[in-house]
Amino acid sequence: MSTVTIDKSGPTRKVKYGSMSRDRTWALRWSYFFLTLFAIFSLVPPFYMLITSLKSSAEISAATNPWWVYHPTLSNYVELLTSNQFLRFFWNSAWVSIIVVTITMLISVPAAFALARMKFWGSATLATGVFLTYLIPDSLLFIPLFKMFAVFGDWTGIQLVNRWYVLLFIYPTLTVPFCTWIMIGYFASIPKELDEAAIIDGASWFQTLTRIFIPVALPGLIAATIFAFTVSWAQFLYPLVFTTSTDQLVLPVGIITTLIKGDVFNWGQIMTGALLGAAPPLIIYAFLMDYYIAGLTAGATKG
Amino acid sequence: MADVSLRKVVKRYDEVEAVRGIDLDIADHEFVVLVGPSGCGKSTTLRMIAGLEDISDGDIMIGGDVVNDVPPKDRDIAMVFQNYALYPHMTVAENMSFGLRLKHYPKAEIKSRVTEAARMLDITDLIDRKPKQLSGGQRQRVAMGRAIVRNPKVFLFDEPLSNLDAKLRVQMRIEIKKVHQKVRTTTVYVTHDQVEAMTLADRVVVMNHGRIEQIGTPNELYHKPATRFVASFIGSPAMNFVPCRLEDVGGKLNVRLTDRLSFPLPPARAARYQGLSRTDKLLLGLRPEHVMEARPHAEPGIEPFDAVLDVTEPMGMETLVYFTLEGSQLCGRVNPNAGAQDGSPLRLAVDLNNMHLLNEVTGAVL
Repeated sequence: MSTVTIDKSGPTRKVKYGSMSRDRTWALRWSYFFLTLFAIFSLVPPFYMLITSLKSSAEISAATNPWWVYHPTLSNYVELLTSNQFLRFFWNSAWVSIIVVTITMLISVPAAFALARMKFWGSATLATGVFLTYLIPDSLLFIPLFKMFAVFGDWTGIQLVNRWYVLLFIYPTLTVPFCTWIMIGYFASIPKELDEAAIIDGASWFQTLTRIFIPVALPGLIAATIFAFTVSWAQFLYPLVFTTSTDQLVLPVGIITTLIKGDVFNWGQIMTGALLGAAPPLIIYAFLMDYYIAGLTAGATKG
Repeated sequence: MADVSLRKVVKRYDEVEAVRGIDLDIADHEFVVLVGPSGCGKSTTLRMIAGLEDISDGDIMIGGDVVNDVPPKDRDIAMVFQNYALYPHMTVAENMSFGLRLKHYPKAEIKSRVTEAARMLDITDLIDRKPKQLSGGQRQRVAMGRAIVRNPKVFLFDEPLSNLDAKLRVQMRIEIKKVHQKVRTTTVYVTHDQVEAMTLADRVVVMNHGRIEQIGTPNELYHKPATRFVASFIGSPAMNFVPCRLEDVGGKLNVRLTDRLSFPLPPARAARYQGLSRTDKLLLGLRPEHVMEARPHAEPGIEPFDAVLDVTEPMGMETLVYFTLEGSQLCGRVNPNAGAQDGSPLRLAVDLNNMHLLNEVTGAVL
């Protein structure tokens, strides 16, 4: 009969107590490594912008360390914020964005509701069509669009080209399809019984939309609003093509057309302008980030 | 308050007929339960009464008026859904008063109705909460409250208890019955649970394959089923069916189950089945409670036989015994003290005074 030795010392590996296993620890370490890398990658440009915006023209052209500011100055900020031209760009951008967001929401929310809920002939095809529209890049559309507005101006005498409000007609071609698509997804995730209950309670389609769907889908609505705002605020190609007079320009185009004179780049003010221009979307994202994420991931799982 | 009538109501989805010509009259104050397996058309029927589905053919009348083309909001009905369908952004009070607010009722009236309904459903303390702060049972109460405050002509319930656990379901069943006793509103209630149907209904409508199999009070359906489907669907454990035929033995009518097993019919039954063909393939239908342990002394219509038990299920107040007879599995209910054990023989008896005889081909109860 063989003797059996029982090893009472237990496993040699050091046993860790706690919820985190070895694998999980390593997975987290790698995640942090790549997240850090990515954070550096995306934060370097704004950091460089900030540094440069605090420098005087002399310091920028001097051969000093570009990553540090030795004589910080707010002169770029003061100059831009007291320049009527820059404030005009800012207001143009603000007006265009706010009105475009309003137009987009007024169109895409009812459209999404109709496509998601009021089943009519061809509604599914139409919904797909809306999304396909979004996939057409603006670089493909700006020439035909310009031609359209030019011809429209010739026929009617109403000149829209080179007016800031022409953008109110153009931006929605980008924002409406995407926002409609987001809202279709969001509305579709609302249980069917909810509108049936509302209908039995005596609500019209419009009341069902305003009193039930919009409040319930608020996170999605906010996500769509942020998106529409960001697209309008950051749009570059269309305003570059459609507006030329300095009093009609929006911020991104205004900065490069007025602060780059020939081959002279006023880097300090360009960086300051870009930084100030980036501020509004940044502030909005910071406050509404949670809603934005909730909106984009809605419908993935039934909440 | 109103009666509801369905006349030859048909619902077609493209090629499929979900509901195939239903006639149903529901009296004022009546509690009618539509019951049947999934896909039998019971929910579709309810949704057609609600106006959430169009009618392909036929007429639906509420309070004597044809409502085929009347939109749901003008039918004066209230509906309780399986998943409650509470408005998540509104409080309990707002949920309940939504319909009244849409119709611009005076504030005081709304408040008194909501308070009254909340008191009736015992949810007064929850009135300011949001649905996500409520348990399943509480949510279902709110959904019922939303229906009650409207004071509609008809209540429609679409499997309202299916999402609740077994214990809560029993409790809410009683709750629903109490509410109906108080408000007496005409009610149409859909469920796939025959126990729910039996316990709640004034009359039960058993549906199968888009048709009505039988309409009757719970007791009628249980004791006088019209078809094999009803006989097997109502009652738990289900009714036993054994292939059999009739034969004449010495001027008396016998029912023969197997070559070795045949029972003489009690006089009342013999008179009833006398006219049947002796060659037809028939089914003997016996409820489990009519298959019990054999008694020491003979009783009219109670015929003993021997069986070997496959499985026994002690339920406490009784023991369910399962055994095989010529390829058919049968279930009986015996006294827990009868000595039933898995795999052991037991002398059982059938109560032929409560037997059913069915046509095996058509499924009709004879």
